[in-house]
Amino acid sequence: MEDKDTGRLNIDSTIYTTRLSRKFLGRKPWSPADPGSVVSYIPGTVLDILVKEGQAVKKGEDLIILEAMKMQNFIKSVIAGRIKKITVEKGDRIGKGTLLLEIDPD
Amino acid sequence: MALNRKIEELREKKKQILLGGGEKAIEKQKAMVKRTARERISALVDKDSFMEFDLFIEHDARDFDMDKKSLAGDGVIVGSGTINGSPVAVYAQDFTVAGGSLGMMHSRKITKIMDYALKMRMPLIGINDSGGARIQEGVNSLAGYGEIFFRNTISSGVIPQISVILGPCAGGAVYSPALTDFVFVVDNISKMFITGPEVIKTVLGEEISMEDLGGARVHSELTGNAHFFASDEEECFAQIKKLLTFIPRNNRNGAIAVEAREPDGKFDPEKIVPDDPTLPYDVRDVIRAVVDKSDFFEIMEMYARNMVIGFARLGGVTAGFVANQPQEMAGVLDVDSSDKAARFIRFCDAFNIPIVTFMDLPGYLPGVDQEHAGVIRHGAKVLYSYCEATVPKITVILRKAYGGGYIAMGSRHLRADFVFAWPSAEIAVMGPEGAANIIFRKEIMSSDDPEETRGKKVEEYRKKFANPYVAASRGYIDAVIEPGETRACLLHAIKATAGKTVKMIDKKHGNPPF
Repeated sequence: MEDKDTGRLNIDSTIYTTRLSRKFLGRKPWSPADPGSVVSYIPGTVLDILVKEGQAVKKGEDLIILEAMKMQNFIKSVIAGRIKKITVEKGDRIGKGTLLLEIDPD
Repeated sequence: MALNRKIEELREKKKQILLGGGEKAIEKQKAMVKRTARERISALVDKDSFMEFDLFIEHDARDFDMDKKSLAGDGVIVGSGTINGSPVAVYAQDFTVAGGSLGMMHSRKITKIMDYALKMRMPLIGINDSGGARIQEGVNSLAGYGEIFFRNTISSGVIPQISVILGPCAGGAVYSPALTDFVFVVDNISKMFITGPEVIKTVLGEEISMEDLGGARVHSELTGNAHFFASDEEECFAQIKKLLTFIPRNNRNGAIAVEAREPDGKFDPEKIVPDDPTLPYDVRDVIRAVVDKSDFFEIMEMYARNMVIGFARLGGVTAGFVANQPQEMAGVLDVDSSDKAARFIRFCDAFNIPIVTFMDLPGYLPGVDQEHAGVIRHGAKVLYSYCEATVPKITVILRKAYGGGYIAMGSRHLRADFVFAWPSAEIAVMGPEGAANIIFRKEIMSSDDPEETRGKKVEEYRKKFANPYVAASRGYIDAVIEPGETRACLLHAIKATAGKTVKMIDKKHGNPPF
């Protein structure tokens, strides 16, 4: 087992000598979701932006219309707060996981 | 018209159709290093054994000027033949005819051979090479796929179903192979995906080649959709023929037993497994050390390598092997390896193949990604499939058997018929380090030298529990055996369980955590 990809894996405080899979090595570290960052959950086109920077929004208020998969998706705020920054423009084609806007929570 | 004139006419008609899509289309097929559908069938079945059905089928499309077009055999060849002398039903899509696209009559040819295979209880082999639905035929084409999926499902567990992907297989078409027992792919030829690169580019803006999206390697390594990977068509057909020697023709028969043969002398079971439970080795060598001719036919070799599955023979009788692989990810159970083992166990159970399990695992893989990917429900599939299986279940504990992993890997508690353990077996709730840290936490923390105390306590636990004798004292293990006795014990168990009869509670079917 002198392979260059031989690694170590800790299971219940015991360290095992073993090869590590590509999937394991490529996994993304987890980070908690930030409710103030509104991120696209699906790729698509920004059809309309319904709020302005500095504007106060309520929880559940529509922020952006994202056209994706032949549907108009209304992106809603999950918190109450004030729009800090809008990072996309009307007509932008965006991928999944793109930051759309930031909200300062109340 | 005299009879010999009519015979001439028949020969002429056949000659036309046998050309398929014509010479130009055949040239194109060859340029892609692909054989024609007819060449594939010839390469697969025993010489001169193929009997073709429905050569004269014609399509029935009227729209888009389709009525002016003639499509040889409507783009698919179906019939029955033999492989290794056993009957099989075969269909092969002909890419040279309208891109092998699936129209109504094309699908009816396939479903006819599927019905035939099911009625005659013979294996079905489908060779897929098709551009997809014949769009000109609209909903009739979709109906055709649905009829195929229905038959794949009702035939599941009755006859072995084999899919061979020798070209594109995209969109809805992928679901027929996905429903079958074994999927064969060939490097640079097989392409499987639900939505292709063009759609992905339009919708997501991501550019990817067909090969990187759904090539043979992707499905063998990443998705687990394919069971056998070959570098060319010839190797692929050899794999299919070999697989068929191990499995029965239907669920009422057993696999054909052959003459018993001794393993090669070069694998010594005593010298493969290191004593230190944290060190790796190749569990396939342990399998090779005990099976006939040391011939282990591995399935899904590249996917979830921490779990090894495949067929081999014990005293001439086919057995399905399930083994943790310590040299890959320490042999842990995780989402992918659970899925891989569970479906294989269910195949063995459906087709009367005894299951032999080699256990050596530290437990389940920790991680947010695993928990969020549903390791609970995927892991449960292993438990379900072992519990449900009524074929002989024989388990050998080679080394580590910790915690939930011990229970899941064919333990006595899931109704294993024989449980053997090597003297190196460690059957415990967890490894000595983890256990000592919990049980002796206070003592370790309050000690003047915590590290020294920890070391002592780990050793104390190791001596007391890291062995097979506690489990043996409760009858959870039938016999503690020397590694060198393993083959003899397995041969005994295979013979002893040959008449195993289990009456299951009457029910329509269970509800496994798919």
